[in-house]
Amino acid sequence: MQATDIFFYVFAALTLLCGLMVVANPVSRNPITSAMFLVLTIISMAGLFVLLHAFFLAAVQILVYAGAVMVLFLFVIMLLDLNEEIRRRFNRFGVATGVISVAALGGLTLYTILRSGIGTGRTPQIEGATEPLGRMLFSQYLLPFEVVSLLLLVAMVGAILLSKKELK
Amino acid sequence: MHLTPVGLEHYLVVSALLFCLGVLGIVIRRNLLVMYMSLELMLNSANLALVGFSRFGNTLNGQIMVFFIITVAAAEVAVGLALIVALYRKRQSAHVEDLTSMKY
Repeated sequence: MQATDIFFYVFAALTLLCGLMVVANPVSRNPITSAMFLVLTIISMAGLFVLLHAFFLAAVQILVYAGAVMVLFLFVIMLLDLNEEIRRRFNRFGVATGVISVAALGGLTLYTILRSGIGTGRTPQIEGATEPLGRMLFSQYLLPFEVVSLLLLVAMVGAILLSKKELK
Repeated sequence: MHLTPVGLEHYLVVSALLFCLGVLGIVIRRNLLVMYMSLELMLNSANLALVGFSRFGNTLNGQIMVFFIITVAAAEVAVGLALIVALYRKRQSAHVEDLTSMKY
C-alpha cells in the first residue's frame, strides 16, 4: 500500500465522519457545531482534491468554501435565535422514515457504482495545476467565465436588496 | 480488511456516501440553516465525483466544471442566506415547521 492510499483512507474517513457530524451530531444540535464540522469536512475534502492532483481546486475550496461561505454562514447563525433548535424535539417517525429512505438510496447508488466495474479507469496523467486550468478558462471557457462574473454581480445586488429593511 | 489500490471507484463511493449524508440532513433536520449546510454537502460530493472523473478520464473539463460550481455555490449561498434572514425578520423563525403558509 502506498502512502497516498493511506492518505486517501484518512481523508475519506475524516470527510465522512465530519459530514455525519454536520447532519446528525449526537452530542449537540447547535447549528454552530454543524457549521464547524462542515468546515472540517470541506478541508478534508480539499485533501482529497490534492490526492487527485487538483491543486488549484483544493486551494479554491479552502479559500471560497472554508473561508468565505462558512464565514457567511456563521454570521447568519449569529443573527438568528440559536436556542430555538435545542428546545425542539425530533419527530421520531420522520427521522426513521428518512433514515430508511436514505439508506435505500445509498444502497442503490453503491450497488450501481460497484456493479458498473468502473475499476480504476485509465492511468491518470492529468495535473490540475493553476496554469493549464487558467489557459483553458481564458480560451475555451471564456464566455462561461464572463457570464459567471455577471452572476456574481447579480447575486451581490440580490443579497443587498433582500437584506434591506423593507422589501418593496 | 482487504484494501485495493485507490482508484476512481473509491472516490465515487466516498462521493455517494457524502451525497447520502446530505440528503439525510435535508430529510431529518428541520432547521433551515442546517438544511442549507446539508445542501452544501451534496454540492461538494458532486464536486468530488467530478474531480475524480476528471483525474481518471485524463481531461481537465471536469475541474473547470467544479470551478464553476464553486462560484455558483458562493453566489447561491449569498442569496439564500439573505432570503433566510429576510424570512426570519418576518416570521421570527428559521424552522420549516413554522413556515407552512403556502401549504394550506
